[in-house]
Amino acid sequence: MEIIIEILSGLHPEVDFETMDTLIDNKILDSFDIVSIVSDISDEFDITIPVEEIVPKNFNSAKALYAMVERLSEE
Amino acid sequence: MLFTSYRFILFILILFILYYIIPKKLQWMLLLLASYLFYSIAGLRYLIYIATTTLSTYLISLRLNQLQSEQSSFLKEQKDSLDREGKKAYKASMKLKQRRWLVLCLIINFGILAVLKYSAFTITNFNGVLNLLGTKPLPLIGFVLPLGISFYTFQTMGYLIDIYREKYPHERNIFKLALFISFFPQLIQGPISRFDDLKETLFSEHSIDGRNISFGLQRILWGFFKKLVIADRMLIAVNTIVRNPEEFQGVYVLVGMFFYAITLYSDFTGGIDITIGVAEVLGIRIRENFERPYFSKSIAEYWRRWHITLGTWFKEYLFYPISISKSMLELTKSSKRRVGDWLGRRVSIYIASIVVWLITGIWHGAAWNFVVWGLLNCFFILASQECNPLYERFHSRFHIRHTFAYRLFQVGRTFWLMSFLRAFDCYRDVGTTFQMYSTLVTRWNYSELFQGGLMQLGLTIADYIVLTAAVTLLLVVSLQGRSGSVREKLAARPFSLQYAAYTVLFIAILILGAYGVGYDASQFIYSQF
Repeated sequence: MEIIIEILSGLHPEVDFETMDTLIDNKILDSFDIVSIVSDISDEFDITIPVEEIVPKNFNSAKALYAMVERLSEE
Repeated sequence: MLFTSYRFILFILILFILYYIIPKKLQWMLLLLASYLFYSIAGLRYLIYIATTTLSTYLISLRLNQLQSEQSSFLKEQKDSLDREGKKAYKASMKLKQRRWLVLCLIINFGILAVLKYSAFTITNFNGVLNLLGTKPLPLIGFVLPLGISFYTFQTMGYLIDIYREKYPHERNIFKLALFISFFPQLIQGPISRFDDLKETLFSEHSIDGRNISFGLQRILWGFFKKLVIADRMLIAVNTIVRNPEEFQGVYVLVGMFFYAITLYSDFTGGIDITIGVAEVLGIRIRENFERPYFSKSIAEYWRRWHITLGTWFKEYLFYPISISKSMLELTKSSKRRVGDWLGRRVSIYIASIVVWLITGIWHGAAWNFVVWGLLNCFFILASQECNPLYERFHSRFHIRHTFAYRLFQVGRTFWLMSFLRAFDCYRDVGTTFQMYSTLVTRWNYSELFQGGLMQLGLTIADYIVLTAAVTLLLVVSLQGRSGSVREKLAARPFSLQYAAYTVLFIAILILGAYGVGYDASQFIYSQF
């Protein structure tokens, strides 16, 4: 979880990623941010994030991202 | 059949009546019949293309579903005997099989679109090269583009990709799929609907609902107003300017850009209003395609609010698949090592953006002006993204970000930037467009405009008065729309006021619509894309 918060904070230092759960709904993350996040997460966790996982519910919060990473790591 | 023709009005009136008197379970079948009738009026021979798209998509979606079911049964059966690596390898092999079918369908359908839409453009450019080499040119092949092919092909391929990605179950009934692909209100100029969005209301049974009918008719009326009173009238001035570039330069280019911005908005959103309104009367919900785009504060925001369904399509089915593909992530990794983190992480974003905007350009038309227009949009979006830290510093130093004046400046800047880029669409020629840009500074004829210049554009004083009033109304409605649906607000007012408002609108369309004896309403601009 810490790594994910670190990745997100690198893009938007002004946002509190511990609590924010509307990152997509409130248009805080744009498509360029998402590509950067996918690239960083793939590197850090050595997983492949398929394109069908790029949906708002997986990117709306750090928690949701972490849950996706955990699920993909188990598969 | 034009949306603004008497034939269309008669067509939808008959359909509305039949739709609500036949048994409800037959409603979607009636819509399918109506859609194919609508399509065949444009030309019976075009049915072959839409039928091929429907059949190929249906058969391949069945095959994808079969492979997906096979995979889940196999994994269930082998749950205990296969290890993690074994399951992974099996899934990968099944995905590859599915991908082959998907690619086949994409080739068939985008192939049809490419041949029909881009043959002449490709051969012309190829002949240019042959000419340089002194070789005999190839004969030109020109096809008449079937109605709405760019829209229904994108919508249908979006559906198939969703089935491949297992977003929702495939449609088992080929006739229902055929209706999704051919649903007539959105056939001409979109929106590009998603199957899971549309299917709930498209195939369900609908009883007469006063609110749906009243809201739908209001929306249709508003669409006619935008198209007939504003767009078709202003188009006369736009055409006068852009078709006579030798004569209308300098300030007229600026006027042309401004008028075209209003024309295109009124034309396209007017058409979409009619589409959504017709669907609403039938009890069918279609996704909105615009969110007051001219109030955007940046180009990126503008593109999130203009032709939303096309932008979403490109993002979901092209931008992400390219930018997060395995090869692109590898490239990002190696670029980060070679040129540093800052530049490295931009490589995939830049490449994907350029591809998306190149294709967005040629989606709009098979011509170099659209290619340049697309790439310039890409350039400004990327440049403004890179300038963000500068903007942030500027905002934190001067504390003007949230002031009304600064927001107005941002909106005005975006509006004019988009209007400048649209000149490529107006003049339809790259060289002429740049030449006209240059006359903005070389032909200093700004005083001419109010010394009779405006009267040379094919519009009378009465036209300008009508346009000023109509565009003001459009602006007021847009401003009101920021705090919620205008129709909801009007519905909360006394009935007499609502009745008066819609009567005035109706009479305004009848009296002020840009038509008359011998006049034929213009085709919608986006229908040619």
